[in-house]
Amino acid sequence: MKQKLGSFPGGLKLNGHKKRSTQLAIRKMPLSKKLILPLQQHIGEASTPIVAVGDKVLKGQKIARAEGHVSVPLHAPSSGIITAIDEQPIPHPSGLTALCISIETDGQDEWIKRRPIADFTALSAHEIRQLIREAGIVGLGGAGFPSFIKLNPSVHHTVETLIINGVECEPYISCDDMIMRERADGILDGIEIMCFALRVKECLIAIEDNKSEAISAIELALSSRPHLQNTKVVIIPTRYPAGSEKQLIQVVTGKQVPTRGLPIDIGIVSHNIGTSYAIGRAIKHGEPLISRIVTVTGREVKHAGNFETLFGTPMHELLSFCGTERQADEPFILGGPMMGYNLSGDHLPVTKTANCILVGVDDGAKSSTPLPCIRCGECAVACPVSLLPQQLYWFSRAKDLDKVSEYNLFDCIECGCCSYVCPSEIPLVHYFRFAKTEIMNQQQEHAKADLARIRHENRLERLQLEQQEKDLRQQQRKAALAATQAAKVKKAAELPVEPLATDSQESQ
Amino acid sequence: MFTAILAITLLALILGLVLGFAAIRFKVQGDPIADQIDKILPQTQCGQCSFAGCRPYAEAIAAGEVDINRCPPGGEATIHALADLLEVEFKPLDEECGVEKPKVLAVIDEERCIGCTLCIQACPVDAILGAAKHMHTVIASECTGCELCLPPCPVDCIDMVETKTNPNTWRWPDPAHIDLKRGGEKP
Amino acid sequence: MPLSRLSSPFLAGTNRVTLQMLQLLAALIPAIIAIVYFFGPSVLITMILAVVVALIAEALMLWLRNRPLKPFLTDGSAIVTAVLLAIAIPPLAPWWLTVIGTLFAIIFAKHLYGGLGYNPFNPAMIAYVLLLISFPLEMTTWLPVASLSEQPLNISSAFQFIFNGPLASSIDAVSGATPLDAMKTQIGLQQIPTNIAQQPLFGFWGGKGWEWINIWLAVGGLFLLYRRVITWHIPVAMLAGLTAISLMTWFIAPETTASPLFHLFSGGTMLGAFFIATDPITASTTLKGKLVFGVGVGLLTYIIRVWGGYPDGVAFAVLIMNMLVPLIDYYTQPKVYGALKQ
Repeated sequence: MKQKLGSFPGGLKLNGHKKRSTQLAIRKMPLSKKLILPLQQHIGEASTPIVAVGDKVLKGQKIARAEGHVSVPLHAPSSGIITAIDEQPIPHPSGLTALCISIETDGQDEWIKRRPIADFTALSAHEIRQLIREAGIVGLGGAGFPSFIKLNPSVHHTVETLIINGVECEPYISCDDMIMRERADGILDGIEIMCFALRVKECLIAIEDNKSEAISAIELALSSRPHLQNTKVVIIPTRYPAGSEKQLIQVVTGKQVPTRGLPIDIGIVSHNIGTSYAIGRAIKHGEPLISRIVTVTGREVKHAGNFETLFGTPMHELLSFCGTERQADEPFILGGPMMGYNLSGDHLPVTKTANCILVGVDDGAKSSTPLPCIRCGECAVACPVSLLPQQLYWFSRAKDLDKVSEYNLFDCIECGCCSYVCPSEIPLVHYFRFAKTEIMNQQQEHAKADLARIRHENRLERLQLEQQEKDLRQQQRKAALAATQAAKVKKAAELPVEPLATDSQESQ
Repeated sequence: MFTAILAITLLALILGLVLGFAAIRFKVQGDPIADQIDKILPQTQCGQCSFAGCRPYAEAIAAGEVDINRCPPGGEATIHALADLLEVEFKPLDEECGVEKPKVLAVIDEERCIGCTLCIQACPVDAILGAAKHMHTVIASECTGCELCLPPCPVDCIDMVETKTNPNTWRWPDPAHIDLKRGGEKP
Repeated sequence: MPLSRLSSPFLAGTNRVTLQMLQLLAALIPAIIAIVYFFGPSVLITMILAVVVALIAEALMLWLRNRPLKPFLTDGSAIVTAVLLAIAIPPLAPWWLTVIGTLFAIIFAKHLYGGLGYNPFNPAMIAYVLLLISFPLEMTTWLPVASLSEQPLNISSAFQFIFNGPLASSIDAVSGATPLDAMKTQIGLQQIPTNIAQQPLFGFWGGKGWEWINIWLAVGGLFLLYRRVITWHIPVAMLAGLTAISLMTWFIAPETTASPLFHLFSGGTMLGAFFIATDPITASTTLKGKLVFGVGVGLLTYIIRVWGGYPDGVAFAVLIMNMLVPLIDYYTQPKVYGALKQ
């Protein structure tokens, strides 16, 4: 059962801080009075509402449909009445608003009629994918990519390896760990379904070596499913960011995903362990995605732990449920301390991608005014993608966007290893994020400008063509007129000369 | 001494031949300068530079007839880019041509539109959809914000609306403003 | 507690510029003790003078350039430059030599390029070269080892010497050539190196006293390696380059070349390998580039020592390689993830 492991360069050995939130089992968060559901909780196009204000909805009822291919529907997490469909603040680094559906719950928590499927093998892979899409399932590791798309082998026909990501390398976060400990059977349900949909040759469940309870739980569950011959647990060394998809693939298989390519190009698909569980619930129990496990932890949280939370639950309710000492408007982190972003308002809702709420970080970054770069090169040593962060920093600072792209800025996974090791405490990831959005904005503007130029030139051509046709018609008219004139004159010349009028009159 | 002169002359000749050969053999076909200037201009086609569109302005700059600071929609960023390309001094925007404004889009108020097609004829990028006695509407993704449709409209039914940032178009703030000046304040 | 950063990561490691500089200074302590033991306490006076001048110059330049004083004065980089310069120049250097050198290093070689992190050339080496070329007499007036000298100096006479200048009669009595210098001139006079090495100026491998200083510098360097202040690439590459070329020439012509061990433990070899060439601001930043940089410094040091005009070539070698750093960095970029063909 020994898998030969690869490794990635750089990376960090970080203090896990996970004990604080793994003391107790997963608890269920009590139902909130109001649920606010953003229409975009996934990568791709936002969903479109199919309900109206005042409609009564049941738990699990579809309230927004998918729009376009890269999109999934949205479901009501509990029964109640739709009170509004309007712009509300959403959890996002910008602090801006987006369209949300607000539901006032009636406390009944009444389910819609569910359609569990006892034997999924009776369905075709395509049907399973559609069911997963209809259940609104997206990647629960934090990115939120619609999962049904990553369950389609498409032109590749078969997939060599399905990697289930149970790594959870970022400090403080423990939701995946807990779900592995407590719901291993449910996870394996989902894994079986995914293996079927992808026609995989083998499935590897990757878990870090610091999660011994989770490893035992999964292995125990596997032992009671002897038909899953091709599925096994792979224990990988604890190192940040081993949980990042590309780095995980490199560790588990030793292969690298080609630049600008996808893992499926080398026959690999990777899904988060929480997503696997959700897929199991969706197919086997007919439940759409309406809740997730959220870790609430940090120095300021009295009763840290993991909570099964309905989407749309306002974050302040979660925080007070855990006994958090926090000033109003004091910023906290959504996500982990290495890749999360800070929010200041706590009336924001929990969404599909909210894996952790962190209030109060130990060994947090202190200084906010960095020293100049001393070109020590530690950042390049720490980078798991083998980039040159100091060069990217110099070019981002100089706003030399062409050079920054040339040095592979868009391969940066924003893991934060470089900023962590920098002796001058330069916020490197901030510079890279800034450069990325500047470049994307510039590309959009150039595309728009190119389009405007083409439309303008087409318009000028059209006007010119119309003018030419007009001139041609005028010429033709003139020519025709001249021809008729000439004909008249000719005709007049051919006729015999008429006698004078007086002669004829006298003869009468 | 004579040999020294001969040696240097010979060396110069040989090196000159090498350079000339390289200039021909490794010549890179670049864009004509007018094309490069046109690529930098924002293509709003508004005419505030007093030329009939961005291309004529680009050609005038290439011919050296006008200054580079006549484009309000391009703003300072465009002037800097032109100054870099043409290796001339940066000049602030010429106030006579206009001022730098935030990005706007034209929106037709359908209640008031009478279907006269005058705005359709005025739009330099054909961004208005409509026909005689039929409703006119601006295709938002094609509108450049040039405002040329405003004067011809006889019922004044076109408004210029600022585009709002949404979470998908939001950009991270520039971290370089946290520079180390005395007191750590903005320079 | 408001978050100190706008963007993740919100954790920070313990690596800091000041910590690195302090560890560097700590690593120099054994070598400084060795210098005092072999050459008397005058190096301490030079060092203190250099540090004081460096800090004053740094404060002045920061104030003129409108930069905050506290973070830059406490980062330790000016002190490190001053101490390295003080070790590199002769112990009995007159006070004005030290002052000019330090001022030039801090003002011209560091701040006029933009301050910490922006200078392309190593400031201590720039100052050393400036002094060497402008004041060749004072810069080649080295003290012999205390045991060899007829008049070993104590602290008060050292003080007097440095600040009041030497008495005309006592220069020859006090000063002498360095082992490198002696080796070079005597090889030029057709002496065989093995015979030269028998002279009292020379110890087991290198010059007497000098070899111990080099050994302690190497020990300090190993401490820096252990503490991960520097990586192994530059020191190993430089010493390997130096050893390789001197081994080669030694095999070919043993009568006219000194042994590789001599070169390794004389002059500024170890200082250069572990403390000067490893200066992060002026050395190559990529790992492969560091190897190229180190080998270049090693080769050039040997070439200048043997065929150049000066007895020690470390300073010039470092400065020449500093010039090549952007080129080296460009051509030694690592292969990004995903760029390998499967």
